[in-house]
Amino acid sequence: MARFLIKRLFSATLTLFAVSVLTFLMFFALPRDPVTGMCPKNCNPERLERVRTELGLNDPLISQYAGYMKGIVAGRDLGSAQGGRCDAPCLGWSYVTNEAVSDTIARVLPVTLSIVIPAAILWLLLGVGLGMVSALRRGTWLDRMAIGFSLTGASLQLYFVGAVLLLVFVYNLRLLPVPSYTSIFDSPAKWASGLVLAWVALAFLFSAIYARLSRAQMLETLSEDFVRTARAKGLAKRTVYGRHALRAAITPVITIAGLDVGGALGGTVITETTFGIQGLGRTAVDAVRSGDLPTIMATVLIAAVFVVLANVLVDLLYAAIDPRVRLR
Amino acid sequence: MDSSDPAPSGEPDDRPTVPGQRSDQGAYLRVTDLRVRFDTEDGVVRAVDGVSFAVERGRTLGIVGESGSGKSVTSLAILGLHDAKRTTITGEISVGGRQVVGLGDEEVRRLRGRDMAMIFQDPLSALHPYYTVGRQIAEAYRVHHPEVSRREARQRAVDMLDRVGIPQPVRRFDQYPHEFSGGMRQRAMIAMALVNDPALLIADEPTTALDVTVQAQILDLLADLQAEFHSAIILITHDLGVVGQVADEVLVMYGGRAVERGSVEQVLRSPQHPYTWGLLSSVPSLHGDADADLLPIRGNPPSLINLPSGCAFHPRCRYAERPGGRARTEVPELRPAGAAGEAGTNGHLVACHLTAEERTTLYAEDIASVGVAR
Repeated sequence: MARFLIKRLFSATLTLFAVSVLTFLMFFALPRDPVTGMCPKNCNPERLERVRTELGLNDPLISQYAGYMKGIVAGRDLGSAQGGRCDAPCLGWSYVTNEAVSDTIARVLPVTLSIVIPAAILWLLLGVGLGMVSALRRGTWLDRMAIGFSLTGASLQLYFVGAVLLLVFVYNLRLLPVPSYTSIFDSPAKWASGLVLAWVALAFLFSAIYARLSRAQMLETLSEDFVRTARAKGLAKRTVYGRHALRAAITPVITIAGLDVGGALGGTVITETTFGIQGLGRTAVDAVRSGDLPTIMATVLIAAVFVVLANVLVDLLYAAIDPRVRLR
Repeated sequence: MDSSDPAPSGEPDDRPTVPGQRSDQGAYLRVTDLRVRFDTEDGVVRAVDGVSFAVERGRTLGIVGESGSGKSVTSLAILGLHDAKRTTITGEISVGGRQVVGLGDEEVRRLRGRDMAMIFQDPLSALHPYYTVGRQIAEAYRVHHPEVSRREARQRAVDMLDRVGIPQPVRRFDQYPHEFSGGMRQRAMIAMALVNDPALLIADEPTTALDVTVQAQILDLLADLQAEFHSAIILITHDLGVVGQVADEVLVMYGGRAVERGSVEQVLRSPQHPYTWGLLSSVPSLHGDADADLLPIRGNPPSLINLPSGCAFHPRCRYAERPGGRARTEVPELRPAGAAGEAGTNGHLVACHLTAEERTTLYAEDIASVGVAR
């Protein structure tokens, strides 16, 4: 177990290193000058050059990269124009918003967490529940309804579902306020009412996939020999389904769920954009658009951290569920 | 049987009985004209088509046949394990005097595991991979003995593991199926099936997935346990060697029908159906000529959706031309095998158009041509 964690930590570090190098190289491979974008039209070439030097953009790539990484590990001095001393983990100074990137992240990360975590709970409950019910009631109208629901969910786009939800619940029925983010610590009620449409839209689309997946898994498990054994023992149906079939059927669902949640935590651009909420996803897109290297690096790395963490978590869950899995 | 009356003791005769249960002509299980049909998209599958047999306590019936002959379908019908929505079952299945066909789900469930239990071909896939072996056995005990505490159920499971010859049963209780060897897993399955002292045990190819040496051990174990618990056993197999080792009676099935039935002596020493001859000559013999060729039965098992007309075996039968066209048009009935009054054929039944004399001569020629002496 400890050995497994150490190994995973090591490989996670390697993954993050590779991601950071690639992001860095891709940024500089782009045929654009980050400085031109951030400067008003009246910037003269000398001024641009001075800014470039200040930001270190004239240094060799390798030393720029080393400087950035050193900032994360040990902190660094960014110069007076960029807030001076920046403590570890230093994510740099945004070229565009003129603030420490860590401040930006501290502002937008809770937004994305607030969108994704409740939505994930919702879509897992809804999707797995629907899938199980339709597997156990295969061929009935309930099953057909569930299949119809998944097909609908799988065919619709989030911006369409989101727009319909907004139209109905915010602009027509006026049941909900215009979506916005309030910290859960300030007002849980406002937090929920401002985000509930985003949760519902995400959960609707994702639960469709989970309903189909868990239905298929459950049907497969129900034809397994050990389910027949459970019935041959004379166990009641709910024990056969609940204790014997469900546990085996749910395992692959957990894998997919881990990867989906990990990916979604890296940013839900379309959701954030549809509901006009500034989270990690929109911040990342904005940063790419304006050529804001430190913010790009930070958002990409955070997304990568979530994916890596989700993978480790899935492995741990797997081992907890399936005694045949040994973590090494 | 009074389902609320617990039978926690290991003594088989402590089992509460309804007066008259044993008077059912001595047979604990009686199957009469059983028919099992599945409705599929491709048509109706007649998996079992009019099969009758009976098993007494303390006796073993071997059901023999190729895959698709209806052996397993029959056993699952006895346990009521078919999906009621897609399966039509007619005929009578009497277990300890109770009709199982047409009985409600809940009533059959109460019989399952307590009065009749089953062990399966592949113990690895038949045991739940996520639960310990002991827990699965204790669960089987507690479902029919709800008044028993966890600790008592655990003790009972440990005792059963010990009884089926699993060393260190206390330690083994907490292990998972994948930590057991194949033979040990099948022993654990047997322990689970017998934990409630069922009067009827159905073993569906219990040794097929095991090494030959382990096979013999498992068969010995079943015989020991039968002597101890006095249970009726149905042993489903395609291996006539296994049947010869443990069965008292044999039922040979082909295409969902019984083609031959009799004592193990009768069926193995003087087999009457050309299909049984084929099965016998495809088993290597320890006592015969070691160089003799094994002769597989030509052709393939029939499709149960589209069974050959007349005698279902006729397309594969070497003697199908003898009774004229009848083999193709008329389904042979299961009739006494010997000529009237012939000694040693009492209760030996065969479904074949050939006459008793023809069968005697042809079988002699058959074994001569194959070279398998039995």
